[in-house]
Amino acid sequence: MNRVAQPILLVVTAGALLLAPFYLSAYGLTLLGRVLALSIAAIGICVVWGRGGILSLGQGLFFGLGGYSLAMHLKLAATPKGELPDFMVYNGVEALPWFWVPFVNGPFALAMVVILPTLAAAAVAWLMFRRRITGVYISIITQALVLAFVTWLNGSQGLTSGTNGITDFHTLLGIDLRGEHIARNLYWCTLMVLGAALLSTAWLLRTHFGTLLTAIRDNENRVRFLGYHPAAYKIAAFALGGLLSGLSGALYTLHLGTISPAMIGVTFSIELVIWVALGGRNSLLGAVGGLVLGQLAKDKISSAVPDAWLYLMGTLFVVVVLVLPQGVAGLLERRKPAAPRRKTLGEVSDVVSP
Amino acid sequence: MDSVFLFGQLFTGLSVASLLLLTALGLALSFGLMRVINMAHGEFLMVGGYLTFLAAQAVGPGFLWLAFPLAFVGTALLGALLEATVIRRLYGRPLDTLLATWGISLILQQAARQIFGSTGVPVTAPPWLNGAVTIHGGPLDSLTFPYVRLFVIVLALVVLGGMWWLLNRTRFGMHVRAVNQNREVASILGVNTRRLDLLVFALGAGIAGIAGVGLAMLSPVNPTVGAAYIVNAFLVVVVGGVGSVLGAGAAALLLGFVTALAEGLTSSSLAQATLLILVVVFLQWKPRGLIPTQSRALEEG
Repeated sequence: MNRVAQPILLVVTAGALLLAPFYLSAYGLTLLGRVLALSIAAIGICVVWGRGGILSLGQGLFFGLGGYSLAMHLKLAATPKGELPDFMVYNGVEALPWFWVPFVNGPFALAMVVILPTLAAAAVAWLMFRRRITGVYISIITQALVLAFVTWLNGSQGLTSGTNGITDFHTLLGIDLRGEHIARNLYWCTLMVLGAALLSTAWLLRTHFGTLLTAIRDNENRVRFLGYHPAAYKIAAFALGGLLSGLSGALYTLHLGTISPAMIGVTFSIELVIWVALGGRNSLLGAVGGLVLGQLAKDKISSAVPDAWLYLMGTLFVVVVLVLPQGVAGLLERRKPAAPRRKTLGEVSDVVSP
Repeated sequence: MDSVFLFGQLFTGLSVASLLLLTALGLALSFGLMRVINMAHGEFLMVGGYLTFLAAQAVGPGFLWLAFPLAFVGTALLGALLEATVIRRLYGRPLDTLLATWGISLILQQAARQIFGSTGVPVTAPPWLNGAVTIHGGPLDSLTFPYVRLFVIVLALVVLGGMWWLLNRTRFGMHVRAVNQNREVASILGVNTRRLDLLVFALGAGIAGIAGVGLAMLSPVNPTVGAAYIVNAFLVVVVGGVGSVLGAGAAALLLGFVTALAEGLTSSSLAQATLLILVVVFLQWKPRGLIPTQSRALEEG
């Protein structure tokens, strides 16, 4: 895309999004808001995977931590004082479990939305990168972690409401969530968080940190030999990815009014990644755009022809990876004629033919 | 926990480990050889299960003679097709392969859902597998070992033995080990690595198909059965050490037993969650798995 068209398109898109509440139907607005909330997680994936080269298939874990942190508070706020949340009563739980107790406090819960996923991501990353676990191992481990989390949630009916998830929210910090203009305000709120996340991440990736992250992706050992400590940078990037996922999860919970293990599981986590891949893993706007358009298409197609949707998505996975490894954003980027360069020994070995 | 219950759990764990091992063998092979993560591998298991169901429909109770070759050849062909059309183009890009094969697994699952329905199709084990060995007297009085589970364990042992023989006693196996150690040098010395990749991938898929036969006799086959096994099978590969058949065997046993014991102590879901966490902790101690492949390379794919 050329230099003039890009900023114009960007401004038009931003304007259209900002004014969406005035021309979209109620359903369209909630759908768009929900998808925009999800796309915050896509920014995290773009940082962690596109820039850092770390493919995490467990973003659902951090998404879920953010979502559940908020949902627990909302549930407690919707429960009359001195009583237990309804699902605990059904399951014969007699006292509020210890990890629910502090979530009575609204500001604490809101802080946890950010802190809990960040800390969890940092801890997971510390465990992995400290031992120089790389590549597909990370994908498998993160996937195992999200599976463990979901399995635990499903199994602990009395503590987390199990497969049903937490639902039926009334107020957040005194704001009635079923009020008149709540959909519109929530939408703008989401858009604001998304914009802030986009801008600050874009800035961060332009700093020394971003450059080093890309360098680590391309050759971790070389960066290490230059005297840097790659693990520290990777942990920071992963924690940032966790934070963005957590934020996204909390906003998504607000939009949908519920959160359940099925929403954050293995399939969800991998789906996030594929939309980012479709849009362009290296480009923030590509990642966000890919996720937004992908989810909107999913909503339309899966309700129109439910059976065909999985075929379509499966085919899309394959085609994107085979044909568009850099996503649509990579396709739009104006191609500079690549200077012919000599292949290194390592590359030659990849193309050995029989 | 009394000893009868304990041994019963261990026995169940052993049979689960056997299926896990059969699933993981193919993964360990293709991951070790090509550094390819095949997320559709669980669907080979599923296809094997459905082929068993079809065999049982076609010839009645004595279907096993048909089911094994059908499941093996059918899934091996499917594997070969997948390798030739998709995976071959993605060598050197393991993370991309992961995504592409996940897409393929979605397609296969949906296809299964449309052909066989989303509820499981039952396969009745042949009459000679109905029944159980029961211990009478002694400290383990009335402990029972169902024949079907014994059969699955024997099946895994036979396949494991066959694989060991194939890898260590045949020319093909020598080539596989050579490529595993150093692809370039093996290729220079005249090993047709492309053909070998195809064969190994198909073989791994075929073994998963055989696992599908065992699976079909233990529980009904449904479209998500592969997805249920895949994460654990990957953990087996990771814990065992990439590309090590022996390591995969040991890891499958370990995971099977730990799950069975934990299930005995707590609930099933908590056991599963604990197991997954334990694996992550284990990798802190041995990041390259139980039996790592020795290499002097600085970077491993």
